[in-house]
Parts: sequence; structure tokens; C-alpha cells
Amino acid sequence: MRMRPALIALILAGAGLLGAAAWAGWAPIQTPVSREKVFEIPKGTWARRMAGDKVDILPSEIRLTLGMQDVLLLRNLDDVPQTFGPALMMPGQSFRLPFEVASDYQFACTAHASGQMTVIVAPRPDSAWARIQWRLHEWLAPRA
Amino acid sequence: MRNTWTKASPGARVLRLLRCDDMKCMSQLYRFVVIVTAAVAAFATTYAAQTLKAGVFDPPHPAPDFALQGTQAASFKLSDYRGKVVVLGFGFTSCAEVCPTTLAVLAAARRKLGVDAADVQVVYVTVDPERDSAEHMKKYLATFDPTFVGGTGSAEQLAAVRRKYGIQAEKKMFGDNYAYVHSSSILLIDRQGSLRALMPYGHSPDDYAHDLRILLAE
Repeated sequence: MRMRPALIALILAGAGLLGAAAWAGWAPIQTPVSREKVFEIPKGTWARRMAGDKVDILPSEIRLTLGMQDVLLLRNLDDVPQTFGPALMMPGQSFRLPFEVASDYQFACTAHASGQMTVIVAPRPDSAWARIQWRLHEWLAPRA
Repeated sequence: MRNTWTKASPGARVLRLLRCDDMKCMSQLYRFVVIVTAAVAAFATTYAAQTLKAGVFDPPHPAPDFALQGTQAASFKLSDYRGKVVVLGFGFTSCAEVCPTTLAVLAAARRKLGVDAADVQVVYVTVDPERDSAEHMKKYLATFDPTFVGGTGSAEQLAAVRRKYGIQAEKKMFGDNYAYVHSSSILLIDRQGSLRALMPYGHSPDDYAHDLRILLAE
């Protein structure tokens, strides 16, 4: 009995999907060399804002993962003090904020229309399902 | 004269420095002390930067000074507490959740420090001058810890202090009543008056005690 090409393609696609899910669920996740998620205010940002440019640097929602990327590092490279997330930073100053507990952290932040910035710290993906979710999110999330 | 300094072992050099009795030797001793002190200070700063639970400012800058009406005295300046580690927070006594929780955590952290708590000063500055008189704040803060110092003043004075620290506070009306949405983080200022770290809301008394011990030990 000859199988139709469409059926073969379907079976192959299903097998491929299962293989990808198995890899995503069971392959260990490499811990990155740096656990810092870095955001920088470039030099000249204040001048651009004064000139009417809308400069968005810090997203209103930042996602971190414990044990993977669980340190927020903010740097003010501009020539004037800047309120950046929760911190008022002097020119040339950095602010390094580590997280040790998975939770949603709310910070007052005037840079956003909502007046708030949320840092969502997820637990380290230790189960197969958590690893699949983490990889899907990494794959779909826009790069900062 | 033969220069035996370069050939001597580090231990022998130190011993020689301790026995020195001329100007050249004194100058070497002075240089040695400066280098060791700088190395210890650099190590302490790096160690603190790496191990604090709070977010760390690098490099640290002087904490902006301010003067307000106080709960322990008619007026106070932040710099009055130079030599102590200052825990600086902003809030209001009618706050339903964040402020009482934070103040209870700070009181518990001080208890964990034992006798070392004498060198930790909590300063809580109101964002609500209409309701928070110095007298009212004193009674309120004493329910958590009688050593806590409250700061109040005119709306303009308090807004100026908030600007210096990048603190947000916005009045929200709820019918006839109102509350404030405000920054809930706590600032940690070292004995030299440098703004070293910012602890976000939600940390435990153990985390505060951990960081305060590091800052107290410097």
C-alpha cells in the first residue's frame, strides 16, 4: 500500500515536533557566562529628549530568570543625572540589582506612561515543561 | 651602600620597616601603610559590591544632605547621622500596606543586629505633610521602633528632598480620602555619608541585617 505524500509529510512533521519538544524539555539549559541583563542610557539622551525625541530605553516589563539571568545592570553613560527604573543615577554611575526570589517586582518609574516598571523574576526552569516554556519564551521574545 | 631591599623577602621587608628609625625608612613605612590601606579599602568596596542583597551604586556618590522637622528634635539634618549607617525610606503614616510592612521589617532587622543596631539609624521621610506632623509621626514610628527618626516639612521641602533621591510620590484621590503611590525602595547610606545601595520592597529582615552588617563592618 502506497502512502500519500501529504500523510508522509504530516508524520515527518509530527516526529520533528516531538523531537524538538523532547530536546526542549530534556536538554540542559546552559548557564550564561554573565547573569546580567544590561540597559544603558547612551551619552546625549538628555539632549535628545530636550529636542523632543521620544527615547525609550528601559521597557516597562523586564523578564529575568533565577540562576540564568537574574541581575539587572543599569548604566548611565549620559552627562546628566537620570532616573532609570528605581534608581537616580549620576553621570557615569551604574546600578547593579540582583534578584534571589522569583516574584513580580513593581517599581515607580516616571519614564513610563503607566508610572511603573515591572521586573518579573521567574524560577530557574528545572522541570521539562518549565524548560520548554523558557525556550519558547526566549525564542519568541524580542531581543533587548 | 648595597641595596639589600630588593633582594629581601616580603616578610623581612616588613620587619625592617617596623624597626626603621630614619626619614628614608619612615617614608617607606608611610608608603607601605598607604598601599595596604588602599588595597584593604578596594577589597572591602569590591566585596560589598559583590555581596550586598540590595542594588549597589558604582561608584557611590555622597548622599544629598537635607534638613527637615524631626520627631526626635525640632529639626535635623541627614548629615547629623554621619558615622552611622543610615537606612532612608519615604512613605506616609496612613499607608495601608507598604509602609507598615517596610517599617516592621526594618525594626526586625535592627533587633537581629543586637548591640550593633546602635550604629544604624532609620530615617523615614513623609510624602504626606498634610497628615504627618512631627508629633503624629513620632507616635506612629515608635510603635515599630522608638529609635526611628521621622522627617516632615512643607510640601515644597519634601518634594525637594524627593527630587534629590529620585523618589516618586503621587497623590491619588479615593472619594473624600486620598493616598500616595510612592517609591517603596529603601536607600542605604554608609558611615561616610555615601549613598551605597537601594533595597527594593519585599526583602526580609535577614537580607537587611546581612547588608547592614557588611556596611557596619567597613
